[in-house]
Amino acid sequence: MTQMNMVQAINDALRFEMQRDDRIVVLGEDVGKVGGVFRVTAGLYDEFGDDRVIDTPLSEGGIIGAAIGMALYGLKPVPEIQFSDFIFPAYDQIVSELAKFRYRSGGEFPCPMVIRTPVGGGIRGGHYHSQSPEAQFIHVAGLKVVCPATPADAKGLLLSALRDPDPVMFFEPKRIYRAAKGEVPEGDYTVPIGKANVARQGEHVTLVTWGAMLYESLDAANKVQAEGVNVEIIDLRTLWPLDIDTVVASVKKTGRVVVVHEAPKTCGLGGEIVALINEKAFLYLEAPPKRVCGFDTPFPYTLENEYLPLSHRIVPALLETARY
Amino acid sequence: MTDGTLDQAAHGALRREPHDALAADVVRVLSPEGQLLTDDAGVTDEEALVLYRAMVRTRIIDERAVLLQRQGRIGFHIGSLGEEATVLGSVHAMRPIDWMFPCYREFGGALHRGMPLQRYFDNLFGNTNDPAKGRQMPDHWTYRQAQVGSVSSPIGTQITQAVGFAWAARLRKDPLVAMVYFGDGATSSNEFHSGLNFAGVFKTPNVFICRNNGWAISVPTERQTASETFAAKGVAYGIPGVRCDGNDVFAVVKTTREAVLRAVRGDGPTLIEALTYRMSGHSTSDDASRYRPEEQMGSWTALDPIRRLRLFLEERGSWSTQDQTSLEEQVAAELRPVIEAAEKSAPPALETLFEDVYATLPWHLQEQRAELLAGPRAKGH
Repeated sequence: MTQMNMVQAINDALRFEMQRDDRIVVLGEDVGKVGGVFRVTAGLYDEFGDDRVIDTPLSEGGIIGAAIGMALYGLKPVPEIQFSDFIFPAYDQIVSELAKFRYRSGGEFPCPMVIRTPVGGGIRGGHYHSQSPEAQFIHVAGLKVVCPATPADAKGLLLSALRDPDPVMFFEPKRIYRAAKGEVPEGDYTVPIGKANVARQGEHVTLVTWGAMLYESLDAANKVQAEGVNVEIIDLRTLWPLDIDTVVASVKKTGRVVVVHEAPKTCGLGGEIVALINEKAFLYLEAPPKRVCGFDTPFPYTLENEYLPLSHRIVPALLETARY
Repeated sequence: MTDGTLDQAAHGALRREPHDALAADVVRVLSPEGQLLTDDAGVTDEEALVLYRAMVRTRIIDERAVLLQRQGRIGFHIGSLGEEATVLGSVHAMRPIDWMFPCYREFGGALHRGMPLQRYFDNLFGNTNDPAKGRQMPDHWTYRQAQVGSVSSPIGTQITQAVGFAWAARLRKDPLVAMVYFGDGATSSNEFHSGLNFAGVFKTPNVFICRNNGWAISVPTERQTASETFAAKGVAYGIPGVRCDGNDVFAVVKTTREAVLRAVRGDGPTLIEALTYRMSGHSTSDDASRYRPEEQMGSWTALDPIRRLRLFLEERGSWSTQDQTSLEEQVAAELRPVIEAAEKSAPPALETLFEDVYATLPWHLQEQRAELLAGPRAKGH
């Protein structure tokens, strides 16, 4: 075990797997010599060279299109999109091509790759360095979507994603890139895709969240504990296909659920989670399911901390749900 | 040249019209009347016959597919009528190890590379034997075994993919070349720009084949670009751009072979603009008479690639009316059982709807599959 932050853990996973599997190629804007704008790929260029850690021209569509070609050839490309806000020029390639390749070719052309991209607010980045577009990828058949909240999960999930036969969107919560620290197993360590983590045991309310909002949720849970409300927190880790069994088991136990995510409320993953709970645990519910989310506005600059579902917005939702 | 519509001067200074196929800087080996313009055709007599047969076969299949659509037996067809020399000539110039990234008009090329005719028609009918299990529209086939990629409808997406593929091959010291097809309309796409830019920067072993057939559905070339030619766009990416007469199969073979060799030598990609003409509508869903001047079609009929090659072969005494009749009968005989088998085959089984979305079936698709299989439609299958 080594103490690491998220950036170090992701870097460690990339380095480990690149040493193990010479088909892995990292490509993107500024990922090479400078090691990425968040330094996630630092040192990889020096260790693996220009052929495997590639600074590309500034074109997200070109990066993903070329990465698809590499994957069709048999390499394991790991493209980085510098901010998930900038992924949309590549959306056509991801939606129309990457996600459909295996299906449309009857299995002749599987297209495994891991698209790494920083996600979410917390760095005062305004509209274009803060958004959380995960639902826009979950809505596309054929993609897996992952968002770790701890350094150990970041490493374990990334190693699983790099060995997965399907394309994986790997969202890295940039707010906690350096703030989240923890023990990370050395060497080979995987966390299975599709398994949630119960980050806090509780009896009264289930809180489902992921990414950076795990820490706000833990903070809110500690605050309402003082008022006698005991919160169980599920860190989804894999957003799709999500671990429905863990969510449903917890809701059947507590009868109450709050979903917390940074993305705008309407058509966010929270809505889908609530719908699934209604389908699978309706008769266990003691209160209306509640969502604490980003507002349906563009992501604001100055009022970022009012927009985000931080602890101060989660606490009242938990109390209201617990006392309904 | 007697037809006034072929007079370049009549079409202004812009040199991107298909009419410009006879311009001086366009690579040409055969005149429209089938006469050799150089000492060497660049292909053997045997190859010329192989190409001719493949072009005729492609056209007959094309016409049959249109008929099947008109009869309501298949849903759609998009073909290569008039563009056979561009498709067959370029595919013929590829080596067996090279890869073909198709647009959606190159079924003749895929068949030339060995895609079984039955497989093509199973796709047209979307039946249970279609390797893609009826998931795609007609003419959206795939054939990995002969190094042929997978067809999709979005314009230009295959361009960056072909670049990544060739780039990967180069990183692995694999001497293949990836050839990618697209129309003149695709040169306006993001992917054309990104693809050629990446290819230029990383010197990837690619051959870009722009089938300039004059039209992107109803939009003529002058609405795609203000560049003098499509080949000229290569300059911006540091890639040589070459124009060839896309209705002269020998010119296409020669131009493509040079581009392949250039890529093999490590000298990087080439952009080929093949000047040809779409003698049909965009697809069976399109009515070109709503926008295309009739006289334009007439002038292109005189430049027909199959007519041109046939005149050449006849002049050399290697083709006769009898040969033609027997070839047409042969293709018809080949088609009959293939179409019958494709039409007779059942649609894909219901559960195939859920396969291949992921490598294994996640819980939500298991649930949805169970729902469909328990539903009223399941009894019919």
